[in-house]
Amino acid sequence: MTGLEQGVSATLTAPLDVTGTAGEVTPEATLSGAERAIQGRSLGQIAWMRLRRDRVAIAGGIVVILLILMAIFAPLIVRVIGHPPNEWHQEMIDPTLSTAKGVFGGVSLDFLFGVEPLNGRDLFSRVVYGARVSILVGFGATLLSVVIGTFFGVVAGFFGGWVDSVISRVMDVFLAFPLLLFAMSLAGVIPDNAFGLTGDGLRIAILIFVIGFFNWPYVGRIIRGQTLSLREREFVDAARSLGARNGYILRKELLPNLVAPILVYATLLIPTNILFEAALAFLGVGVAPPTATWGGMLSSAVPFYSVAPNFMLAPGLAIFVTVLAFNLLGDGLRDALDPRAR
Amino acid sequence: MIAYVIRRLFTGVVLLLVVSLATFVIFFVVPRLAGASPDTLASRYVGKAPTPQAVQAVKERLGLDDPLIVQYGRFVKGIVAGNEYKAGNDVVLCNTPCFGYSFRNSVEVWPQLMDRLPVTASLAAGAALLWLLAGVSIGVVSALRRGSFFDRLGMTTALAGVSLPVFFTGLVSLALFSYYWEIFPAGGSYTPITENPGLWAYSLVLPWCTLAFLYAAMYARLTRAGMLDTMNEDYIRTARAKGLREGAVVTRHGLRAALTPIVTIFGLDLGLMLGGAVLTESTFGLPGMGKLAVDAIRGSDLPIVLGVTMFTAFFVVIANIIVDLLYAVIDPRVRLG
Repeated sequence: MTGLEQGVSATLTAPLDVTGTAGEVTPEATLSGAERAIQGRSLGQIAWMRLRRDRVAIAGGIVVILLILMAIFAPLIVRVIGHPPNEWHQEMIDPTLSTAKGVFGGVSLDFLFGVEPLNGRDLFSRVVYGARVSILVGFGATLLSVVIGTFFGVVAGFFGGWVDSVISRVMDVFLAFPLLLFAMSLAGVIPDNAFGLTGDGLRIAILIFVIGFFNWPYVGRIIRGQTLSLREREFVDAARSLGARNGYILRKELLPNLVAPILVYATLLIPTNILFEAALAFLGVGVAPPTATWGGMLSSAVPFYSVAPNFMLAPGLAIFVTVLAFNLLGDGLRDALDPRAR
Repeated sequence: MIAYVIRRLFTGVVLLLVVSLATFVIFFVVPRLAGASPDTLASRYVGKAPTPQAVQAVKERLGLDDPLIVQYGRFVKGIVAGNEYKAGNDVVLCNTPCFGYSFRNSVEVWPQLMDRLPVTASLAAGAALLWLLAGVSIGVVSALRRGSFFDRLGMTTALAGVSLPVFFTGLVSLALFSYYWEIFPAGGSYTPITENPGLWAYSLVLPWCTLAFLYAAMYARLTRAGMLDTMNEDYIRTARAKGLREGAVVTRHGLRAALTPIVTIFGLDLGLMLGGAVLTESTFGLPGMGKLAVDAIRGSDLPIVLGVTMFTAFFVVIANIIVDLLYAVIDPRVRLG
């Protein structure tokens, strides 16, 4: 596990063991079933019952849904409450101090989070728009990591032997890389016009690829461990004794049992990737200005931390709330899907 | 034991080669795949708005028209035996270990790295001490008093800690402790330890605490999870059954096993950080290697970025080797196996 400065994988702590929930009927299910008429519940239903009782995780989940809606409907939200994200409002700026007029950086009903110093852009609109890049990169990179990580994890765990050693060594090498520096360098050496893409589209594609590609070993290691233990289970032996081939066992016996850990670690990887994107934007190698990103806003807020605290608080708290919400949801999912790891 | 050490050292050397290859690929192969010609590639090495002559000279010096394998050979040779960059009759020397040459400022990269290393090392050492002490002890106490007020408070703080980017906590701490209360110096102030150890520590308190907060949060979570796992092991019950004092059970049997993964991660973290705590240095304006790399990216001075990346990767690999050797000390199973 690397400790990239912003804490990649900080959240990937306790190993998740699906075996407890996967094969057997949990005591909880039999207990609650015995009171009323005996009633079969799928694992998904049992997990959902547990998750529903976890108020903190549900709160996290609601915030996550709201954030995704905010990202999707950013133009609409900004049209109703706010101003276009790149519109300058010089009338809001004190010409002698070049900071905002009014209290706390110009916070008012018209400008909910105040305005940016110098050019008077609406901070609320920029935070709302910034969510788009963060969410898009966070989900995109996670999807990529999960696909690569699951594939190699399953292959390594299932086939074992030299295949496993090679893949495990490669994962070790990846984990030893200075991720942030590599990502910075990559973002720095790729031309402004590549792979048939330009501008924001290219930058977002690069970010998704770089972050997703370098993070897959986190998923890979976990899936490999799960596959190793699942492979030895009775139901796999049973399937094999009935004449099932490898492909069938992989698809029908292993993958369904891996859905739970994949879901949990994907949820926990998203906030890590959002932090990563923010860090790259902060360093000036993310999506280029004037497109609003939370990291980019924080970076421009550095010279103004003393005179315009609202400038750094708006994007900073946006990152905090987003990452926290995903972490809470992820922790809750882990507890719900695997009560033993609590 | 000796066989184990030799095996680890060997894998270390292989890893170093792999790391150099990966760095080479990122800087010289990926841009080509992305459609950059040797000319556009060379223009990234001479700063913003380069003259055609400068670009041509760099292209010749780096031999960007040569086959990739030749370029990689020269790249590795430079690190081991130094390099000469030729353009016509004009020769630039780059001494061993050649981590590149900044054509933009006409200086070798290695001395610059050495120049910045003390700053980064100061930052990393102080922060590491703080986060290890705080993180591990909070994690242990939280695990032993699971569900208590301390546990809940500690874990809530830790969750907040891992959810906050270091460049935001850094800015907030600067605003509070430097601007508002004027206790600590503003960003950009750094005094070398050789000049004045007191001022050195004073100028680093905020960066240390900011960085340590994040890592202490991570380590507290990891330690707690690890302790909860090990304290449920059979050998803990055995240790208790044979009448060992609880303190000895916790430290000698519980913590010792729980520490093994922490040591691995600590090695990686410290190695990475020695290559530049990029975000913290940028936030506090500390002239370390991370700041060097960031400034170089902004100024299109790629050799510096390449140098810092390589150097960091080397640190991580070396840290890994040391960790593996430490394993043999902590975990008796490694010695036997």
